Amino acid sequence: MRAGRLLPVGLISAATLAHEVLLMRLFSIIQWHQFAYMIISIALLGFGASGTFVALARRPLVKRYPAAFTASAALFGITAVASFAGAERLPFNALEVVWNPGQLGWLAASYALLVLPFFFGATCIGLAFSRHPGQIGRVYAFDLVGAGVGALGIVGLLFLVFPAAALRFVAALGFAAAALATTGMARHRRLAAGSLGLAAAVIAVWLPPSFTATGPHMSQYKGLSMALDVPNARVVEERSSPLGLLTVVESPSVPFRYAPGLSLANTQEPPTQLAVFSDGDSVTAMTAYSGDPATVAYLDRTTAALPYRILARPRVLVLGAGGGEQVLLALRSGADLVDAVEVNPQMIDLARNRFANFVGGIFSRPNVHLHLAEARAFAATAGERYDLIQMPLLDSFSAAAAGVQSMHENYTYTVEALRDYLAVLKPDGVVAITRWLRVPPRDILKLFATATEALEADGVAQPGRHLALIRSWNTVTLLVAKSPFTGEDVAAIRGFADENFFDISWAPGISASDVNRYNQLDREYLYEGALALLGPERADFTERYKFDIAPATDNRPYFFDFFRWRALPELLTLRTQGGAAMLDWGYLILVTTLVQAVILSAVLILLPLWLRRRALGRAIPRLRFGLYFLALGLAFLFIEIAFIQRFVLFLGHPLYAVAVVLAGFLAFAGLGSALAARWVAAVGCGSAVRGITLAVVVIAFLAGTYLLALPSIFERLLALPDAAKIAIALLLIAPLAVFMGMPFPLGLGHVGARSEEFLPWAWGINGCASVLSAILAALLAMHIGFTGVVTMAVILYLAAPALLAGSRDHVATR
Amino acid sequence: MRPLAQCQALMAVVLASAAAVVSTSAPAQDRLGERAAMIETIKLHARSAPSAVEGQGVDPAVLEAMGRVPRHLFVPEEQRGAAYQDRPLPIGYGQTISQPFIVALMTDLINVGPGDAVLEIGTGSGYQAAVLSPLAAKVYSIEIIPELGERAAARLAELRFDNVEVRVGDGYYGWPALAPFDGIVVTAAASHIPPPLVEQLAKGGRMVVPVGGPFATQFLMLVEKRRDGSITTRQLLPVAFVPLRGGRAQ
Repeated sequence: MRAGRLLPVGLISAATLAHEVLLMRLFSIIQWHQFAYMIISIALLGFGASGTFVALARRPLVKRYPAAFTASAALFGITAVASFAGAERLPFNALEVVWNPGQLGWLAASYALLVLPFFFGATCIGLAFSRHPGQIGRVYAFDLVGAGVGALGIVGLLFLVFPAAALRFVAALGFAAAALATTGMARHRRLAAGSLGLAAAVIAVWLPPSFTATGPHMSQYKGLSMALDVPNARVVEERSSPLGLLTVVESPSVPFRYAPGLSLANTQEPPTQLAVFSDGDSVTAMTAYSGDPATVAYLDRTTAALPYRILARPRVLVLGAGGGEQVLLALRSGADLVDAVEVNPQMIDLARNRFANFVGGIFSRPNVHLHLAEARAFAATAGERYDLIQMPLLDSFSAAAAGVQSMHENYTYTVEALRDYLAVLKPDGVVAITRWLRVPPRDILKLFATATEALEADGVAQPGRHLALIRSWNTVTLLVAKSPFTGEDVAAIRGFADENFFDISWAPGISASDVNRYNQLDREYLYEGALALLGPERADFTERYKFDIAPATDNRPYFFDFFRWRALPELLTLRTQGGAAMLDWGYLILVTTLVQAVILSAVLILLPLWLRRRALGRAIPRLRFGLYFLALGLAFLFIEIAFIQRFVLFLGHPLYAVAVVLAGFLAFAGLGSALAARWVAAVGCGSAVRGITLAVVVIAFLAGTYLLALPSIFERLLALPDAAKIAIALLLIAPLAVFMGMPFPLGLGHVGARSEEFLPWAWGINGCASVLSAILAALLAMHIGFTGVVTMAVILYLAAPALLAGSRDHVATR
Repeated sequence: MRPLAQCQALMAVVLASAAAVVSTSAPAQDRLGERAAMIETIKLHARSAPSAVEGQGVDPAVLEAMGRVPRHLFVPEEQRGAAYQDRPLPIGYGQTISQPFIVALMTDLINVGPGDAVLEIGTGSGYQAAVLSPLAAKVYSIEIIPELGERAAARLAELRFDNVEVRVGDGYYGWPALAPFDGIVVTAAASHIPPPLVEQLAKGGRMVVPVGGPFATQFLMLVEKRRDGSITTRQLLPVAFVPLRGGRAQ
């Protein structure tokens, strides 16, 4: 067979995986990040449902293979564009779920729409396997290489074009695969190839951009949508990359005046600003600057200005330069040197080049250096040289308030991160972190607990002497000092707070009579929390608090997740009585997605098999076989998802992590399944069960090693360039994935030899398990961390061979 | 929605449209039963959140005012069925009409007297201004989005809330020509409170700012300017909630 015959398989496989990664980007723009896991699960559901479909309709489809493949690939092309265009037009509003559970119906509807392209893409591949039973290895190779190229290729493509345009290319790729597949057709070959090729060109070039454009369908509650509703506001620049969509907006009629945490004592109006929205929500301001520090005097009256009261001519590191507000403040406050770190190269280009004149060239000053780096990576290599690390407020208030980002892995506010920051401070240095104030407090107490734990891990006996916390009516700034604060420091903090009507919620030597003076809360929960977290009742307080405020760690990097099941009944009762803001919906939407996935995967994968069980040869699903494939489906995705989450730290961005880890596991697990037969022959003495047993032992060993070694590997290699880190990530994944690729085909062979009718069930159960596992892994990681999820996967893997071995005896006695 | 509520809503819509045919002059008489139920819900919620109403329950005058405003005419057509449920509703442009309970708390907090002038930043649907109308001498409201502002102005005029004046524009500078104001309501989200508004607040006056996302008010901020001109702020949770389990308050 010529390789050309299999090229369409590679193309459709690339298109399908590219589509999966692309959807995450598109949904981050029109909605929020929490849809990432839903999309992984949607893709797996499409694969699973198509497995069932191919199992049931195999004979007629394989007989007309070229036409069936062509049709399915063309349907992929159509639905890739149409399902997204349809889904983004649904009136789903994540923020309204609390009031109107009917919104979940729209969520289910988008789930059902978005599954279509994955179903058709996977059907092409399933048909190819059925058509070439003797060539499984080669089909697999084309499938997996295609998938890997697709997952990584889309990341590259997103550097060149906007996501909405990339979607058209992905759809066109589907049509190209369809056109190529016509070569095997008996009749109308030229006509079909020509028209499909034309369709590919039309979709790629002539499809009206409005059809897939994200702008008009972005949630109207995102900051960008609201900003553009203001008269005369307009987009002056737009940049897109895999790291996000940056939109620069000017609003001449009603200026932005973005200055969170500004004191009520301030009387100055901020100068003209340009707002830069990231994925339509998180906002950073570029402020017009003439070079006269007096024009930005208002910045002195923000809570983030506190550290400049206790540091003279500091050397400053700003983690998250954004539009440069903190650089301006540093310059105004007489900083000696400012190193500003920004992870998005396009943000750097906007601030340093495109709008250089507007911002007064602050990034080109001799004492200001703008670095393209990820915060942790930069801190890991900086050396001990800063007096101040400023971590400004970069996330949007409404996203923080609605709790929609609770699924977001965040490696900048973990215990390990704070230790990294403390390590680059000079002995008298300070870390300053500013966050939105939420009432009742959640993130601030979690941050306080995190800082306390970081200081203790660094050998500080009395962390309370190193911490200070002040608040305005809407922001809080925490100072973490490397050395204990002196009496002078504390006096300066008090002076600053009094001048600006800010409240001190914690500082060394503070007493109950000093707190809750200007912005009065019902109770000074922050002070009470700080006292408790510093005292012997810390564990008890953390346990009794109704939100999860246990420190975030690299193992459980969910800084924004405060959800506790225990508090749910009370919060549900209070939600309509004015307590709506206390429920963090990111978590609950994920749970809902899991429930929907259970239902949909049962309906689309298992129910058809059960209905057609007679046609399948009256196979009674054997429980142990079923459990084997269930265990594999769960375990594989547990490890894959845990790695995606873990590699966010190493690769610096969730989308990189998804693309690289997905591509790595696909390619190397594929290699593993190709090698599985040889592995059994070599070490299993021909026994599949023995081969599987040895493979899972290797998996357990490798997974255990990674659990122990990954943190220090990451720490050492974090500063390498992206390309090197991607290569290292693939190398790390390779051995584990190769062995994880073996148990499934070996199990299929073993089961198939005994009861061929069970094979569709094996595919189906495995598919269902994968769908659930993708979401379940994300949920579990929030509770038991990366280590816990991987440990569960290892237990499932180790238990799996016993299920097969037992069933062999059972079959033999029959 | 519960079937009963659905029936009620449906009946109300039918009655409302029937009433509209018979008479267009008495919309305040429509859906009275639902409005009364809404007031009861507000009272119930207020009893369970004493701190937000300073221990005294919502001022009966505020409740009476809310009982008179036909809220269903302030929401988009497709939301009318749900107009008297105690929940915020979308009104377009990323804006919402606040939950009735929150409107009651905010109105209660600024302590409007019959001779007072009140400034509102963020007219939105115009509902808050309508509720303030019978309580104050004059209500001035500024809306940033022209379509919303014009619609609200027309609606308020049609319903004869004659002491409400709506202007489309930038709320940052307040309405200096008419300052000072005895009460200011800032419903438009802002990263900080504009200094001109603090300036335009009368001595002894109160400003209230709901803080939170579009469908979830986290807390109400009350800014008070004392007789001596000093400023204090208070943050009031609209709900009785003690974050510590097994603590004193349970």
